[in-house]
Amino acid sequence: MKAIKYILTGIVFGIIMIKSEAVSWYRIQEMFRFQSFLMYGIIGSAVFCGVLGIAIIKKLHLKNNSGNPIQFEPKDKRWRKYLIGGIIFGFGWALTGACPGPVFVLLGHGYAVMGMVIVSALLGTYVYGRLRSYLPQ
Amino acid sequence: MIKILSQPWPWYISGPAISLIMFLLIYFGKSFGFSANLTNICAMLGAGKRVKFFDIDWRKQQWNIYFLIGSVAGGWIAAHGLQSPGPIQISNATIKDLIKLNIPFDGKLEPASVFNMHYLFTARGLLIFFGGGFMIGFGTRYAGGCTSGHAISGLSDLQYQSLIAVIGFFLGGLIMTHLFFPIIFN
Repeated sequence: MKAIKYILTGIVFGIIMIKSEAVSWYRIQEMFRFQSFLMYGIIGSAVFCGVLGIAIIKKLHLKNNSGNPIQFEPKDKRWRKYLIGGIIFGFGWALTGACPGPVFVLLGHGYAVMGMVIVSALLGTYVYGRLRSYLPQ
Repeated sequence: MIKILSQPWPWYISGPAISLIMFLLIYFGKSFGFSANLTNICAMLGAGKRVKFFDIDWRKQQWNIYFLIGSVAGGWIAAHGLQSPGPIQISNATIKDLIKLNIPFDGKLEPASVFNMHYLFTARGLLIFFGGGFMIGFGTRYAGGCTSGHAISGLSDLQYQSLIAVIGFFLGGLIMTHLFFPIIFN
């Protein structure tokens, strides 16, 4: 039963991703060419609402559904990995026009080529795990 | 209702809706970070036996796998029950730029001339889908998150590390689009 609420949340997420057109290769190209406001509006308004909501959660010390205080884990302080990893991710984002969530949403939509993206993303993740100790963090 | 939902959604609906997904997961005691699933699947497939990085208890992340299954189903539902009534409307400037790259705009979500199995097994297709996928997997784990984990969750929590990652995402995307695309597609 616990699974159902996460599956339902995922279904809503998938529908939002398709109907917002944020999964579209064309929309990602528009964004990286600064030729449309759509993607900036989507990400910007999501972050705007997110900042407000999280500030309220922290201010009012809100609890989650199991009654525990909501906490946010601080991230690793080192910065190189965020920039280098981010740039590599950006290459893949522009090429495929999709990030990890949309890759799966698009597979559900019927784009079978996304199966290849999933397999190679898993391979990329695995190779990162193997090479981790040799990479600047 | 279905008719309204089937229209393309404006950004001021989609953006807040994405933040609601994040808040729902926070309320469930979880966090919104899709790419963690790539690590989870590697761990499920037994990568933990060979590489310590994957030696995690993926069962604790099972909820995220359910979320993933839901998102695949959501894509299917949107494609079969909520199809947009018309072609997608992108800017003329982008259409012109893409013609120069030999990618005609066809009004679909993804360019049909590229997103097909035949194209996948060409040199360009392998670079886009295999190379692109590899870089998504490698980069996202290196950076410790993707668009959901950093651009949405991290920025909402005002974490400067996420801002660095998002700057990286955009730098990478801009370099790929403006420097490499003309080479790849010509």
